[in-house]
Amino acid sequence: MKFRVERDVLADAVAWTARTLPVRPSVPVLAGMLLDAGEHDGQHRLKLSSFDYEVSAQVSVEIDVEEPGTTLVSGRLLAEITRNLPPQTVEISTDGAKVVVACGSAKFTLLTLPVEDYPTLPDMPQLTGSVGSDAFAAAVSQVAVAAGRDDTLPMLTGVRVEIEGETVTLASTDRYRLAVRELTWKPENPELSAVALVPAKTLADTAKSLTTGAEVSIALSAGKTAEGMIGFSGGGRRTTTRLLDGDFPKYRALLPDTFNSVAEVQKSEFIEAVKRVSLVAERNTPLRLAFSDGQLVLEAGTGDEAQAVEVLEAGLEGDDIQIAFNSAFLLDGLNAIDSDIARLQFTTSTKPAIITGKPAEDGADADYRYLIMPVRLSS
Amino acid sequence: MSRRQLERGAALRGVVGPDGIRPLAAAAAADADCHILHIDMDAFFASVEQLRHPETRGRPVIVGGTGARGVVSSANYLARGFGVHSAMPMVRALRLCPDAVVFPPDGAAYRRASEAVMDILRSVTPEVEKLSTDEAFLDVSGAQRRLGSPVRIAELIRHRVRQEQQLTCSVGVAATKFVAKLASTHCKPDGLLLVPTEHVTAFLHPLPVGALWGVGEKAEQSLTRLGLRTVGDVAGVSPETLRHELGHALGGRLAELAWGRDDRQVATATPDKSVGAEETFPRDVDDVEVIHREILRLSEKVARRLRASGQVGRTVVVKLRRADFTTITRSRTLGEHTDVAREINAVARELYAAAGLERVRLRLVGVRVEGIADAATAPRQPTLDEPETGWREAERVMDQVARRFGAGAILPAALVNRDDADV
Repeated sequence: MKFRVERDVLADAVAWTARTLPVRPSVPVLAGMLLDAGEHDGQHRLKLSSFDYEVSAQVSVEIDVEEPGTTLVSGRLLAEITRNLPPQTVEISTDGAKVVVACGSAKFTLLTLPVEDYPTLPDMPQLTGSVGSDAFAAAVSQVAVAAGRDDTLPMLTGVRVEIEGETVTLASTDRYRLAVRELTWKPENPELSAVALVPAKTLADTAKSLTTGAEVSIALSAGKTAEGMIGFSGGGRRTTTRLLDGDFPKYRALLPDTFNSVAEVQKSEFIEAVKRVSLVAERNTPLRLAFSDGQLVLEAGTGDEAQAVEVLEAGLEGDDIQIAFNSAFLLDGLNAIDSDIARLQFTTSTKPAIITGKPAEDGADADYRYLIMPVRLSS
Repeated sequence: MSRRQLERGAALRGVVGPDGIRPLAAAAAADADCHILHIDMDAFFASVEQLRHPETRGRPVIVGGTGARGVVSSANYLARGFGVHSAMPMVRALRLCPDAVVFPPDGAAYRRASEAVMDILRSVTPEVEKLSTDEAFLDVSGAQRRLGSPVRIAELIRHRVRQEQQLTCSVGVAATKFVAKLASTHCKPDGLLLVPTEHVTAFLHPLPVGALWGVGEKAEQSLTRLGLRTVGDVAGVSPETLRHELGHALGGRLAELAWGRDDRQVATATPDKSVGAEETFPRDVDDVEVIHREILRLSEKVARRLRASGQVGRTVVVKLRRADFTTITRSRTLGEHTDVAREINAVARELYAAAGLERVRLRLVGVRVEGIADAATAPRQPTLDEPETGWREAERVMDQVARRFGAGAILPAALVNRDDADV
């Protein structure tokens, strides 16, 4: 094997592939990155692959192939090396059981891992539809923030993806808050109706890393026959991940549809004030909000410890309300909305509240909703 | 030197003078600055049992575990005459005193009696520091104007405990907690001893070093090696030497105590740092089912105690002792405070599973909840899908049923003793 490639192109591709390398590989070959140089679809290309049996990643870049071939080297080491190479043409070649990476006056000799032991990457499921890559990344990040991180409840560590024709609904919850986002996409089959539970962290990383292309193609394994898998591709990159099992909570029933109070607050001011006031809130002590006509009073701390209070301007329709939240949960919601004005809808101080951005036109539905359970101050 | 060796074993009412103990009549005004009282119930568990079983009057009585590994928790003075003492294996106690009447401990009865006594103490002054079910410190400086001198208050307490609870107690009166506690031990049972400040050293110095608070077996060996056998010997050594030999903290403290100096205050309400329960099996157990049931039973017990005291906790700790006495503890901190047995049990079970001792023979299991907070003020983050009423409410109802019909009236099905008739 012997090929040449520009340093920046190589470094980007290697870095992206290396993201999914397992930190503690269950078998040594999984620490490897597979390099496959040759003619693919009539072009000289290098395919880089990594796989840990959960997530696979593969990127394909244009190169000059002198001698086609396949080799497996330590992915971490290759990523470190390519990141630090000078901005010149890199030549990679095999020399017996070694791989030589030469760039400018620098030369590295790497050991290889047995290619024949490397598992075959799963095939991409059949294309299901596509969506704009920036819109997709933004939507995923809005939802993934509410996903659980507790591996003992695996179904809560995922983002539920529901496809109904042209509408995709993303939802995740850690039981204390719930984020729901609707977006439109272009399905291959306009009659399609499907659901999948995708690991939230993988989905968020993937969506963010696929913004190099204009569109993301999504491929969902159909039916119950094959092992559940979803694939994403765009800009020469493709990645697959295993789906999570388990029952996602029936979240639609949790979303209230009538409210007693609706408040509107400037988002950036609100976020700054929450950060300031919650400085005195010790772990697990809540931030208290009191909405009344024209103003919002934020308070934290009790008589036994440091206290803080701040007053903001706020619009309020309906009843005055006092309510308390975990400040980290509140901040996650405020940061996720895509409007300068945060709208908060309440029923009572013990029932979930909904945070949305103020819709562009009155009466329109917000496409992103963040449901947050208040803290009870005493039993 | 253990406490029982300091006890004289015969009732005493007196005051320490320059040359020994005199009758109390000579105590006029000697108690002016002796505002600390140490109240110690006499053979408490055994006395409560004798009250409930009048037929045992005049017989040696032992309270303790009756199983193969039972130990004595309390013995009346008749039994002590045979050499029986607490913490002694029951097998040995019965060899010494075969005629003893043995009762298994009845915690609820002792707690009720203890609370009644504590109520008497709290009616004297709110400055009550409860040390255990049968011991408390009182600071009576605020009660003197209303009730008289410390010795009069001590007499009043002894009288009321005898009249109202038919139990006896011993009271030590002194200016410090350390000396007051020694005094009550010295006059047991059914005694009262005042140690006036001017005679503290005369009282203390002849005592063996083991009488000093904080001197256990190891420190006693160190002191003996230095040729120090009595408190007076310790008082004669410079504090620097003691610190050098016993470490800074203990050495410094003994130098003070040996002169009767102890600046600890009576601390009224020390909030619990943790609530726990543990069980030593009659025989070592490796049956996962049995251990799961025991963890559930202990979780129920801990949660019930949390709820009864209006507390919630955040960290669940499991203690597992193998047959060879090696002990491991595992803990996990929850996202939320809890007083719900179901939640405590779930975490405790996971900790047990994760400890990798599922086939190992265990001698003891314990469940403990730490990170205690006041349930009334601890904020609680409910989940979105939490019903208005859930396990928390169900367990509160169980508490009410238990209060009305007794502790065993309602139990999780897994803890019900099945008999052969059950299918």
